[in-house]
Amino acid sequence: MNDLTPKASLASRIQTVRSSGGIEAWLIEDYTVPLISLECAFLGGAAQDPAGKAGVASMLAGLLDEGAGPYDSTAFHERLDDFAIEVSFGSDRDGFSGHLRTLIRHKAEAFDMLKLALNEPRFDEEPLERVRAQLVASVLQDTNDPDAMANRAWFTTAFPGHPYGNPSRGSLETLAAITRDDLIDYKARILAHDTLKIAVVGAIDAASLSIELDKVFGPLPKQSRRVAIPRVTPQGVGTRKIVDLDIPQSSVRFGAAGISNDDPDWHVAIVLNQILGGGVFSSRLFREVREKRGLAYSVSSSIAPFDFAPLHMGGTSTKNERVAESLSIIEAEITSLAKDGPFDEELDVAKKYLTGSYLLRFDTSQKLASQLVQIQIDHLGQDYMDRRNGLISSVTREEAARVAKRLYGEGKLLVTIVGRPVRIDAVKA
Amino acid sequence: MSPSASPSTGPEISTVTLHNGLQIVVIPDHRTPVVTHMVWYRNGSADDPVGKSGIAHFLEHLMFKGTEKHTQGEFSDVVTALGGQENAFTSVDYTAYFQRIAREHLKTMMEFESDRMTGLVLTDEIVNPERDVVIEERRMRTDTDPGAQLGEAVSKALFTHHPYGTPIIGWMHEIETLNREDALAYYRRFYTPENAILIVAGDVTEDEVVRLAEATYGRIPSRGEAPKRVRPQEPEPRASRQVSLADPKVEQPSLQRCYLVPSYTTGKPGEAEALDVLVQILSAQGTGRLHRDLVMEQHCAVAAGAWYQSTAVDQSRLLLYAIPHPGVSLDTLEKALDGVIHDVITNGIEAKELARAKTRLIADTIYAQDSQASLARMYGASLATGSTVNDVKSWPEAIDAVSAESVQAAAKAWLERRRAVTGYLLKEEVAA
Repeated sequence: MNDLTPKASLASRIQTVRSSGGIEAWLIEDYTVPLISLECAFLGGAAQDPAGKAGVASMLAGLLDEGAGPYDSTAFHERLDDFAIEVSFGSDRDGFSGHLRTLIRHKAEAFDMLKLALNEPRFDEEPLERVRAQLVASVLQDTNDPDAMANRAWFTTAFPGHPYGNPSRGSLETLAAITRDDLIDYKARILAHDTLKIAVVGAIDAASLSIELDKVFGPLPKQSRRVAIPRVTPQGVGTRKIVDLDIPQSSVRFGAAGISNDDPDWHVAIVLNQILGGGVFSSRLFREVREKRGLAYSVSSSIAPFDFAPLHMGGTSTKNERVAESLSIIEAEITSLAKDGPFDEELDVAKKYLTGSYLLRFDTSQKLASQLVQIQIDHLGQDYMDRRNGLISSVTREEAARVAKRLYGEGKLLVTIVGRPVRIDAVKA
Repeated sequence: MSPSASPSTGPEISTVTLHNGLQIVVIPDHRTPVVTHMVWYRNGSADDPVGKSGIAHFLEHLMFKGTEKHTQGEFSDVVTALGGQENAFTSVDYTAYFQRIAREHLKTMMEFESDRMTGLVLTDEIVNPERDVVIEERRMRTDTDPGAQLGEAVSKALFTHHPYGTPIIGWMHEIETLNREDALAYYRRFYTPENAILIVAGDVTEDEVVRLAEATYGRIPSRGEAPKRVRPQEPEPRASRQVSLADPKVEQPSLQRCYLVPSYTTGKPGEAEALDVLVQILSAQGTGRLHRDLVMEQHCAVAAGAWYQSTAVDQSRLLLYAIPHPGVSLDTLEKALDGVIHDVITNGIEAKELARAKTRLIADTIYAQDSQASLARMYGASLATGSTVNDVKSWPEAIDAVSAESVQAAAKAWLERRRAVTGYLLKEEVAA
């Protein structure tokens, strides 16, 4: 068991497939399980929603698999079910993504369905109104959800007048304003070759994939037409906002400007976040807030490399009487990390965790394919999977101390609190 | 078998039992040099003593607090330093602990996990803050969420006598009284090798796993026999029940219907399989009956679906839900929902629907082979509720054998109003 023979490097298993039509994909061929996973992504996301029409990207994601080509919504879904094909789409703030999974015996039908969804969506009235109604229902369901409210309050306060201040799923007003033409226009502007990244994992060879790539993605426009989005820093840092809700426990979000993932200090920031609140059972926030004092069940931090405003963020939920105490502990930990940097031991453990657990991100075809897409989006290069652990391991204490100052500054945060926190200084929202 | 249900060529899954009664299941997956190491105990919240609701879940938290050999946090620190991920979960029927880690650390995981099967040490200084953590967990999951509160009320009304009606996390007033002695008494009763299932999935062979397990778990003395789970059983239901919860925080009303139904463990051969197929026919995304009738044809819902807790030791639950279209009352929606069920009971299902449902369910077992963690969970949940490895392996064949008649018969037998609780989530209008 301990005579582990190192497997071939992950990066060396990646093939670059370039179709005759010029579509590129990264492929890892694997025949262990008779299936194929394809992940693809375009730059854009909710940030490219037209003004006053927040929710277009998420509505489009909900509609591409609701009827295309000769198949209306019902026929499309019946065909997916008949062949056990999974086709779905998603959008986040900066990107629009597509997902395909099929058994190899139905791969011809599967690629055909993805081709239809991407190139010939029908946007029939029935599914359009239905998906709009579903998004409205999900917005209503989140109206008084404490975590969702704390998030909304954070982003509207941090990014007034910027697309990041809009709800990515839209609001009741903006969802009502979206027309069929808005969806058609968004698709034509955003789903284009110039920002397309594709990865495939599974039982298919490069030659077969190359043919499918042209069929599925070939007809898309060459050039996207994205609007320029300004780079911004979050507003309101150093203030606390309370949103009143009659619940026994407050939901808290906190955050400030972070470091972007093309920054030379990015890998140091990953290590620092692991130390602060990234580790489930081992971070400073877990120890101080949960384990020692029992203040909360959930407490964590993250680094969010949004394209136009990288952030460091975090959150917790604690009873109204102990919000003030929890926040002061969180702020003290952030300040002390910024001022003194990490201890040698916690730095060492964080690096060991991050390097040792990297493999766990690749234990299913879908996870592997989506990692390969992300590496392409971030322009990290095909050898990144082999280089990445070295970048983490080489982080020194001095570097970590320097970047901690840069990342966490004086520890100032924008804090949003939803609930009825007791004895806390804040500006009411 | 139908052409769509050709036998899957999945991994060679094997099972062995150690001399002390510990059952081992090995699920090889050699694509990535990692393993999923899980220990499942055959006890869950339904085994909480009366008045001590939440003790199974509380103990799950306390299992991270150290042993005679290892101080609080040591195991977690080792897992972290080795690049592993860990967690645990409690269900009505089982409690499970797992780590996902590079294969060369499996032995270390087994040493720590087997040590805490019998070596747990608890002090009030450790137990008391952790109880506060659980209280905050309950506040987060339930006490700030009207939908979750309705869910608790529906369960309690469905299981009038059986402990499945009690929330896994426990009732707040009982969680507040749980103490060190409660936790240790429960621990000594259930945390034994005979009551545990070890599941290792990933880049391993059966020989390696058994050898390492013998050197670690194998050192724990046998207790003679596994603890008996004796639970009060649900009487035959007679009355349909309705519960509703109105809260000013609810902006989107919803409807749910929960039926008392057999599980794979209590059902006659083929019964649970028929219910699995029925639920697939009712709830398939974009093609299911609930979607077709309520959303597409009658426009009384914006979304609708179904869910069946098929793996359970005792009689279990099957849930239907729907979110009304704006302007449609829950009464109207409920009548339409009854119409969907009535149609299946009266007219049965179409051959095409049956074939489509089987294709999907059987394909899902092939998709599951892509994830060692999913396979490990699937085997764990089945084995901990009384199924065998062969039951899980032959499940695709059992699904393929389901007939249209048996689906209709299952709907008729089990989707009866007297077996059900209907839950309304409503907005409480507050005077301005």
